[in-house]
Amino acid sequence: MLSLIVFLPLVAAFIVALSPRETWVRPVALVLAIAQFVFSLALLFRYDPTTPALQLVEFFPWVPALGVSYFLGVDGISLWLIILTTFLLPVVIAGSWNAISQKSKAFHIALFVLQTAMLGSFVAMDLVLFYVFFELSLVPMYFIVGIWGGTRRIYATMKFFIYTMLGSLLMLLAIIYLMFTAQDVLPSKQMTANILELYKLDIPFIAGQFLNPQALLFFAFSLAFAIKVPMFPFHTWLPDAHVEAPTPGSVVLAGVMLKMGSYGFLRFVVPLFPEAAEHYAWLFLFLGSVGIIYGAMVAMVQPDIKKLVAYSSVSHMGYVMMGLFALNTYGVTGSIYQMLNHGVSTGALFLLVGMIYERTHSREIEKYGGLAKVMPIFTILFFIITLSSIAVPMTNGFIGEFLILLGAFEASQFFGGLAVVGVVLGAVYMLWMFKRVFFGEKGELVKDEHHPLHDLSFRELAVMAPLIVLVFWMGLLPNNFLKYSKTSIEHLVSTKDAYQLAAIDSDGKLVDTMIAMRPVIAPEIPSVLTAEAK
Amino acid sequence: MNVDILFAVLLLAPFVGFLANGLRWKSKNYMLSGSIATGAAGVSFLSALLLVTKLFGHDAPPQVSANFFDWITVGGLEVSAAFVIDHISALMVLVVTGVGTLIHLFSIGYMSHDERPTKYFAYLNLFLFNMLLLILGENLLLMFVGWEGVGLCSYLLIGFWFSDKEKAAAGMKAFVTNRIGDAGFLLGIFTLFFVFGSVSFSEIIAKLGPMGIETGWTGPLTLACLFLFVGAAGKSAQIPLYVWLPDAMAGPTPVSALIHAATMVTAGVYMIVRLSPLFVLAPNALHVVAIIGALTAVFAATIGLAQFDIKKVLAYSTVSQLGFMFLACGVGAFGAAMFHLVTHAFFKALMFLGSGSVIHGMHEEQDIRKMGGLKKYMPVTYWTFWIGWIAIIGIPPFAGFFSKDEILWFSFASPLGGFGFWFAGVLGAACTAFYMTRLMALTFWTKPRFDESKLHPHEGGPSMTVPLIILAVLSAVGGFMGIPHVIGEVLPGHPGNWLEHWLEASIAKPGGEWQKSTILEWALMGISVSIASLSAITAYIFYVKEPERPARFVARLPKLHSLVYNKYFVDEFYFDKIINPIVNGSRALWAFVDVNFIDRGTYVIGDFVRGIGSTARTLQNGNLQQYALYISIAVALIFVYLLEAPKRLAELFGG
Repeated sequence: MLSLIVFLPLVAAFIVALSPRETWVRPVALVLAIAQFVFSLALLFRYDPTTPALQLVEFFPWVPALGVSYFLGVDGISLWLIILTTFLLPVVIAGSWNAISQKSKAFHIALFVLQTAMLGSFVAMDLVLFYVFFELSLVPMYFIVGIWGGTRRIYATMKFFIYTMLGSLLMLLAIIYLMFTAQDVLPSKQMTANILELYKLDIPFIAGQFLNPQALLFFAFSLAFAIKVPMFPFHTWLPDAHVEAPTPGSVVLAGVMLKMGSYGFLRFVVPLFPEAAEHYAWLFLFLGSVGIIYGAMVAMVQPDIKKLVAYSSVSHMGYVMMGLFALNTYGVTGSIYQMLNHGVSTGALFLLVGMIYERTHSREIEKYGGLAKVMPIFTILFFIITLSSIAVPMTNGFIGEFLILLGAFEASQFFGGLAVVGVVLGAVYMLWMFKRVFFGEKGELVKDEHHPLHDLSFRELAVMAPLIVLVFWMGLLPNNFLKYSKTSIEHLVSTKDAYQLAAIDSDGKLVDTMIAMRPVIAPEIPSVLTAEAK
Repeated sequence: MNVDILFAVLLLAPFVGFLANGLRWKSKNYMLSGSIATGAAGVSFLSALLLVTKLFGHDAPPQVSANFFDWITVGGLEVSAAFVIDHISALMVLVVTGVGTLIHLFSIGYMSHDERPTKYFAYLNLFLFNMLLLILGENLLLMFVGWEGVGLCSYLLIGFWFSDKEKAAAGMKAFVTNRIGDAGFLLGIFTLFFVFGSVSFSEIIAKLGPMGIETGWTGPLTLACLFLFVGAAGKSAQIPLYVWLPDAMAGPTPVSALIHAATMVTAGVYMIVRLSPLFVLAPNALHVVAIIGALTAVFAATIGLAQFDIKKVLAYSTVSQLGFMFLACGVGAFGAAMFHLVTHAFFKALMFLGSGSVIHGMHEEQDIRKMGGLKKYMPVTYWTFWIGWIAIIGIPPFAGFFSKDEILWFSFASPLGGFGFWFAGVLGAACTAFYMTRLMALTFWTKPRFDESKLHPHEGGPSMTVPLIILAVLSAVGGFMGIPHVIGEVLPGHPGNWLEHWLEASIAKPGGEWQKSTILEWALMGISVSIASLSAITAYIFYVKEPERPARFVARLPKLHSLVYNKYFVDEFYFDKIINPIVNGSRALWAFVDVNFIDRGTYVIGDFVRGIGSTARTLQNGNLQQYALYISIAVALIFVYLLEAPKRLAELFGG
């Protein structure tokens, strides 16, 4: 089942590639995307929320000599991220119906490949497999920004690529180190990249000393994920990438790709290196709260709407990081919820910005004004998403932000209190922008009487409708969503120092995820040389 | 009828009204939209009445409640969508839905010429819905939902005429200032949750039992109370967060009556009364509340002395009256605060609607310098406004007298009070009497100062006059629900203080020595009424008998006048010293940290790598001799290594 979910998009890419006419590409892609979303919903029925175990596990040895396996599984931490990913794809395709005019076939292929990579990294339970998917996602994104992007797209893609690549190289080293350690330490004396086996490692940690294995590994992983998130001060690739990316690129980037970073922290960093995570939690609470405030302040003074939304992402992801490193149930739950919220509301914001950009070809806030009179429906939708973004109660944003702040406050009154400042600043930058764009006198782009701006079309409304529904659904009935992740989160938080996960397959049977393999042959020193030495 | 159903109707009627109007927002049929909205508010009022009647009688339960569903369940945090009407919220829910319905009715006439009446009524209903959540919510979190919700509706309604940049800005100012308060409220909720493990009012209050009075400033209860008070100060416009309320007058006038006088702005007072058992355990926090309240009462009243916009005068008056309520809370007289909240809702809603009637009749003129003599043009408005005026300046037996006097007495008599608080209260009352009389004089009494041949002020239709009359009656007799004991004893039949009795069980009272001297109470009452009357008479002389006097006075003290007229330059101070530095600081962060530091830093690393690359490139220059050299050096090195390495290894491993 998980393999199907991961590789259906690849099949879809193939079908799109075969479609004989360019005009067929979009409808075909849309239907396929909706189909895979509906299919992924079946996960909710197959998933058993009462156990923290990895479920629907699929396990095959891949490179037995190195202990690398094809190992997929899902638990409460990744479940909603998978559905968020499959949900956003049809929205993105329908949303970019007119935005991508050239090479639309190639574009949709890239989107589907990206989809496979993202889904793969959420279900991969083998570090090497994860790394493959994690890096694979860079490639289609590189092309999406580089080919269909704005004027400075090459600069932006290079920056994006190099930043994320740099981070993940250190992680690769750390992964290799972990695999060797497993060989030395684990009772099986086998090399392995199986995450369930690696959880059993007890990596030495010396508090107050930086140069010890666990702290170094912790920072190697953290750097990779922190750049992806992006966490202040590693965020500067994001605004450039967002501004240059075409609308669908921005939506996927903000909606899903950033979560690969925060997900990585939850899945790998915290349970693999629990002592280091706890010892250095203050650093992440600090950077998280600084990121919230810094992102909000810089967002406030952006002249470009899209850049403003990009910096607001930095601020929102700051909340996610704070909740995560609060390391308690409230914080982690809020953090996961906020990842979903951010996917919905920032995704929606990018779509809305894209819709207005298609009409005026400008994103400069100064040139707008009085838009509310001209495009009333657009205004209402933008306002609802604004509310969600500034976490007004009854929208999804509130639940996430409240739980995160509650958790952060429990972990540290100081940083929790500091982050609350973000509640005020968030309202400032969003409402100030809203005022300048929608209220007041009609601006130069709005007042042209001969070419009045058209309000949203039926297609655009249809794109926005599910997002709006989700904003309120997630805000009013959060338990509908939280009940699936509850057990997994509580298990992680309460046992993170000795985290263990069982793996069960789709029939509910336990799966043995150890690979029986030959011992690795140690290299021998040629006898000639040893003899000479004697 | 079933309590659950009544609660559902009470809460959902305005929401249904919001949807009904919201979905046909383009309609210009103000009559239909207004009727839907008013009907929804009326249905709410009726179901509230039915629910409240369940609290009467000998064996009535202390409260009625309904639990609809579990809202958030995470770890130890369990928040349900539960609502409760007890003796405190009963009072509040009747005021909100009752006065609310009247103001909805008034709006039909007032918005008859507007371009988007349906949208207006939709917002008004949405406000009512959120206000009900705030009042009836059984836990702090639901209260917070309503709390932010009313702030949002306030934002929408202040900026209702958003094409005007200043009005849009006023809406934003209100929202952001309120958000500062909300941040404090959140911190208060967190603190209480980690102390008590719950956010439910009843559970928190039940767990207060074994706790003693907390001294010092950093105890959890004191901190929680101070945080919550930050929230209250934001919503109820107290120093230093009051600045949004005067600007909020940019909205339609009935909105000012409903949101910015009668209901929303009193939410802070309501919250403190609701949590009074908590606040009495933190006397230091209460002291802060009292001091801020007293300061605001006087400070805002003095600004009111010099304003010329009819709504601005009323706005500063509201800020000042809210200060009175907080003063009452701060000295532990929570009942008196609640009492003043109710009477203030009557007479201030009345006066705002009256001012709306004036503005409507004068074709959107708000400057009282351009009014005068409206008495003969608008008799209903005049007489109802007259009652409001008498009530607010505290002339017996009108509503304001009873509630204000109770506050003044307790601010002196309470163990937490003192002469200073009483004096501040009297000073505020004196200013109130002055500016209100001035307002009456400039608006209704003196000769018209507009061109009577061109402008014909007229009374609005019955939808506008009926609410005025009902509110006037309430302002006249509303005070009788809280007749003080000293007066009750000398009246025939010895009426008791019904309100005090009603609230007794639900609110706490700080322990300590309460002054009980009857003579002193009579004396202080006499002094405060005389001072208020004297002040009103002075204003009458200034503005009716010798209208050239104010100008002479201003001429003598130009600096003082400009200071007061410009509201002590507080807004300018905030802009210069807080807002602009933050905006400029943000620009600097963007330019220096993001662009010049972090990005520059990564370029340096990038250049370094490229530098190594280009150095290495010079090695591969295609020169065969050089390549041969590299090879021979490499071979030599390998030989050395092969000969040396085994020895080294042997040494290392001990042979």
